[in-house]
Amino acid sequence: MSILEVANCIKRFGGLVAVKDLNMTLNQGDLYGLIGPNGAGKTTIFNLITGVYQPDEGTIKLEGREIQRAKPSAIAGFGISRTFQNIRLFQSMTVLENVKLARHMRRKQQLFDAVLCTPTLHREEEEIEVGALELLKIFSLDTVAFELARNLPYGSQRRLEIARALGTKPKLLLLDEPAAGMNPLESQELMHLIRWIRDEFKITILLVEHNMKVVMGVCQKVQVIDYGETIALGTPKEIQDDPRVIEAYLGGA
Amino acid sequence: MKKWFGALAAITILIVLQLTVVDRLLLTGPIQEGPYIHQILILVGINIILAVSLNLINGFTGQFSIGHAGFFAVGAYASAFLVTTVGDQVHQTLSFLPSTGQDAVLLILGILAAALLSGIAGVIVGIPSLRLRGDYLAIVTLGFGEIIRVFILNINAIGGSRGFTGIPRLSNFFWVYLFVVIAVMTVQNLINSSYGRAFISIRDDEIAAEAMGVDTTRFKVMSFVISSMFAGVAGALFGHFTMYLHPNTFTFIKSFELIIMIVIGGLGSIEGSILGAVLITVILEVFRGFGPYRLVIFSITLILIMTYRPQGIMGSKSFLLKPRRVRAK
Repeated sequence: MSILEVANCIKRFGGLVAVKDLNMTLNQGDLYGLIGPNGAGKTTIFNLITGVYQPDEGTIKLEGREIQRAKPSAIAGFGISRTFQNIRLFQSMTVLENVKLARHMRRKQQLFDAVLCTPTLHREEEEIEVGALELLKIFSLDTVAFELARNLPYGSQRRLEIARALGTKPKLLLLDEPAAGMNPLESQELMHLIRWIRDEFKITILLVEHNMKVVMGVCQKVQVIDYGETIALGTPKEIQDDPRVIEAYLGGA
Repeated sequence: MKKWFGALAAITILIVLQLTVVDRLLLTGPIQEGPYIHQILILVGINIILAVSLNLINGFTGQFSIGHAGFFAVGAYASAFLVTTVGDQVHQTLSFLPSTGQDAVLLILGILAAALLSGIAGVIVGIPSLRLRGDYLAIVTLGFGEIIRVFILNINAIGGSRGFTGIPRLSNFFWVYLFVVIAVMTVQNLINSSYGRAFISIRDDEIAAEAMGVDTTRFKVMSFVISSMFAGVAGALFGHFTMYLHPNTFTFIKSFELIIMIVIGGLGSIEGSILGAVLITVILEVFRGFGPYRLVIFSITLILIMTYRPQGIMGSKSFLLKPRRVRAK
């Protein structure tokens, strides 16, 4: 069953066509890679799916429901969560609070409960905290739970961002260049982590990366974008041998 | 249970303070400057309500609003107008109550009207302007504050440029500090809840907040409205203390004074706002003796604090806001 279906999406910025006629189908449990050289439009595609931009033409469906006109916060509510290429944590909040925030849209407390500190609030806050700590433990961040997010080392900030995204209990997780700035060993570990997340949380993952090795190692299906256009789609093996992909990455002969 | 006990204790303490320190010592007692000290005490309380509420939108939600004096004015005039119009009727219908009781009912009516009207003003200003960010929002809110003032200046029914006279004195130490406690508790409880996390997430990173499912526009408006409602309450308490309102009290200078309080105290710290409100109000009074040099000394104090403590006296530290920790299981 397809969970995400992007059909004939076009996005223009003035005269520049950033995304040309994009088609993309993700099935339940897929680990789908989206690659392409710098500036190919990968992040724009992410922003289309998460509602930061709206496509000029075409539709985006999550489990059959059209979402291309919805606000980002509403789309997060439908079950799409993401991380950012340049890490966007809530810097002045603690590690724990960052993950707790992810539970915000599932809150049962009303403004009234919050102001009067009712038992409902206490119960829910405690539940949120227990859940958040469990999630942090999975990413071995529980020891730094009460540190400020901005004081974490780079690698931990990346992990925290993934933990926070998972805190919203998404059906589809979008990872924007998770291996950026990591050395080969760290990227290797990250690949294992990503595969493990997919199996453990039973979610679908869409991965943007320009580091070919990461994508080839972990994804079952890869779509290659260049200048906003899809130039290849297939298994990592097929992609690697595709002359158009080689040309896009290495330049024409 | 503990909570209600705390509330009851706070009310009792305030009543006792009102009856002993304020009534016996300051107003009719041996201290010659008693009434003056009393007046400063009240002003400090009103400024605390204003600063703490402004901190919710500026410090916690991170939206730079400088039109707080406008909401303060709306509350003051709304309450004064309601009380002077229906005052006699209320006194008649409630003639079976002692006069303190009648006054209390009247004041609460005024405060409710003030909160309601300022809240509505908050919605009207908030919905269009909170799409703007940073400097743009600051300019719009500044403009709004001035619009309110000019508007009031031209309505004859509420005194216009002559000022609003004949407002009964209904608020006193007890009422002002009761609402100080209510404002501080409300903001503190909010910040410690899911709502507070949403506000702070908007301040830290709006795009990430939206991606995590926080409807940023809605929460910005929410914090703006709560903030303006408390400004309105402060206005009602102010009008029923000074018994006279003039539009010139509510210029943007007042808004800036409030901004200074929360910045000096530390944006995003409730105790900071309280401290800032107390300091600025008292400093301005203490320096009154310096005559025309008052504002010069005041400015130098500000420059010194900002040079050596740019994050404000409290920073974003808070003793009231201990993170809740789950007991080991």
